[in-house]
Amino acid sequence: MDSTGIVVGFWVLAAVTIAGALGVIAARDLLHAIFFLIVSFLGMAGLFITLSADFIAVAQVLIYAGAISVLLVFAVMLTPLVSRDNGNSLYIAPGALAGLALAALVVFVAVDADWAQLSGDALAARSFPDTAATIGELLVGRYVLAFEVASVLLLFALLGAIVLVHERRDDDAAAARAEDGAAGDEEAA
Amino acid sequence: MTVELGHYVAVSGVIFGLGVIVALGKRNAVAVLMGVELMLNAVNLLLVAFARFGAAFANDAAALSGHAFVIFVLTVAAAEAAVVLAMAVLVYRRRETVELDRITLMRW
Amino acid sequence: MSSDATSRPLPAAPRPATPMLRQILEQPTLRRAFRGAPLPVRLALVVVALGFLAVNVAIGALVVSGRLDGHWYDFRDLGNATGGLAAWLDDRGLGPWLSYWVTALIGGLGILSFVGGVLLIGTWVERRLLAKFQIRRGPNRVGPFGLLQPLADALKLIQKEVLVPLGADRRLFFLPPILVFIPAMLGWGPVPWAPRMAYLDINVGLVYVVAISSLAVLAIFIAGWSSNNHYALLGAMRTVAMMVSYEIPVSISLLSVVLFTGSLQLSEIVAWQATHNTWLAMILPFALFTFFFSSTAEINRTPNDIAEAESEIVAGFHTEYSGMKAGLFLAVELGNALLVGALVATFFLGGYTLFGLEEWVPPYLILAGKISAVYFVFVWLRGTLPRFRLDQLMGYAWKFLIPLSIAFVGISAVEASIFARADLPGLVVLGAFGVVNAVLTVVLVRFWARIAGYEAPQGDLAQPRLTTTVGGLRAAQRLRITR
Repeated sequence: MDSTGIVVGFWVLAAVTIAGALGVIAARDLLHAIFFLIVSFLGMAGLFITLSADFIAVAQVLIYAGAISVLLVFAVMLTPLVSRDNGNSLYIAPGALAGLALAALVVFVAVDADWAQLSGDALAARSFPDTAATIGELLVGRYVLAFEVASVLLLFALLGAIVLVHERRDDDAAAARAEDGAAGDEEAA
Repeated sequence: MTVELGHYVAVSGVIFGLGVIVALGKRNAVAVLMGVELMLNAVNLLLVAFARFGAAFANDAAALSGHAFVIFVLTVAAAEAAVVLAMAVLVYRRRETVELDRITLMRW
Repeated sequence: MSSDATSRPLPAAPRPATPMLRQILEQPTLRRAFRGAPLPVRLALVVVALGFLAVNVAIGALVVSGRLDGHWYDFRDLGNATGGLAAWLDDRGLGPWLSYWVTALIGGLGILSFVGGVLLIGTWVERRLLAKFQIRRGPNRVGPFGLLQPLADALKLIQKEVLVPLGADRRLFFLPPILVFIPAMLGWGPVPWAPRMAYLDINVGLVYVVAISSLAVLAIFIAGWSSNNHYALLGAMRTVAMMVSYEIPVSISLLSVVLFTGSLQLSEIVAWQATHNTWLAMILPFALFTFFFSSTAEINRTPNDIAEAESEIVAGFHTEYSGMKAGLFLAVELGNALLVGALVATFFLGGYTLFGLEEWVPPYLILAGKISAVYFVFVWLRGTLPRFRLDQLMGYAWKFLIPLSIAFVGISAVEASIFARADLPGLVVLGAFGVVNAVLTVVLVRFWARIAGYEAPQGDLAQPRLTTTVGGLRAAQRLRITR
């Protein structure tokens, strides 16, 4: 991939993504951190496009920037104002050390290794003409078990999230108390 | 100059490291979830980069299994985010806080 | 007082059968205006009209004679001109990227200028049309028939002072007008205007459109949150909840479209409708209704405009915005309505094709006509229906539209597989599907509505009677106009 457009696009988008991630660390307010995260997600979608992964790119925008970000925002809105300052925990120093060490290790391996990769003509030959159809065939063909398990997982996650935050409404609570009272009367009688 | 697989792996590693810093170093539970999402994003980038550049695939459809895997990661990330945020709201209702330093009931 | 009233002739009681329609049709404004103009103006208007007619006839003769086919100046498809320019630039040998950038720039500027121009006209059309529905005149002061009203609005908004509220997040406050404008412009990318005139003809155009519309949600939330205003934040949260809920019926109804056409590419969807000589609206009526109604919720238009319910929550998420920032929000609402019109036309109404007419009439004019028709329906809904409450909206989305959309996707999947395997002539099969889907729509909707607890109103609704005298209902009763 040596055309100027892709090279410039890659470096700009990588810079945007990493700047977004740094913003998540350095932001003073939790909501600012979420907005930096959204910038990082959009930069990542751009990186997917440089890799000819058009379906994954729009799925990333749709799911991450469009849905998960809104979920994060709602969670921040429903939790207190006190801890919205994006402060660091006690483990920031060892955490930063671990993160930086991991990143340094991966960067060193990435730069130094002799990757078994395609280049030149073979790379241009793999051009993914129709990603959505092929991914669809894979999902219901070869990976159908994982697909079904993922759909069951989504169902359980949805039900679990609803059950977890469901508050007993007043009439439900009153009905429960009436039931307990009736059971108590039956025992007494 | 060209852009090769090594560049994408490096970017993925950097974002993963930054995600680790956020996940380990932030006080708010929602911020920790943001770190986890960054880590999952980095892994997605890695998968898609190998699907594009990897020499071990027989044909295009085999290479796109990387993309199918990314779809699964996106799905699981969304489900996990929903459940984790529901739990964070629930913890806030019981404990009046979502800071991980204060939620120490199960600590030694 | 009764002596005053009886000295004047009483107005006739309006007939109960559609008095409003009669009043609308009987307005002779244009005829009266034409007769009232001075003679040179009348002559000029007649000359202009005849000239317009002559130019159209000349163009029609040119098109019919076939002298345009294949040349770069074939204006029936502007892609021919840009393709010719790209080929000419490539011949000059200045590099392969120059033609790409030039054509990209031309296309982008074309879309921007088209949308901007139609925004100006659309403001006028919406206000005059809304006034027609409400039996009043619209703006008619600023120019002839109020045609300069959008210009006056723009000038007023530009010269207004932009206030940033105290305590508002300054860095985030100026972002939302830009952020909400970006999806409104980006969404126009994949829309095909002619066979060679799709700006961003990507393979995943449909998912791209849904993803872009999910970005607008964030902009609205930032607008509400950075205003440091409880009502703005409440309005923003309500709006975000509504928009996120209605993204699901949008996606599911578009799934039915994809099942039939077999492609996510918008130009392929239009080509399918052209080759099969049908509109997807005739085959998938419930998908059309779901997409249309959910899109009104996505773009915050009546009957789903709790976002900026002018009578409720001040102005919702854009309360604190003044000047051109508020102007951008209003412009984006209109631009989004046009974009949804283009999408409805592309997915369900055949796009730029019209059963073969696109060979003679430029296809982009056909698409513009369809966009105008859908926009007319939007304004019609705005002038007619009252606003839904938030809990009604959310209940409608989650308990009604989503289950029924999923049921219809299942039905569409069965029909699409039958269609792919059957050997019958396509039109017969599709016609049968259309009839079956229409019947199933009615049956399922009534069945599900009964399950959801909705009961039809008992008895006849009383027709409203217009009282045209002052004094209200009592005076009208005294004058024996109304019961």
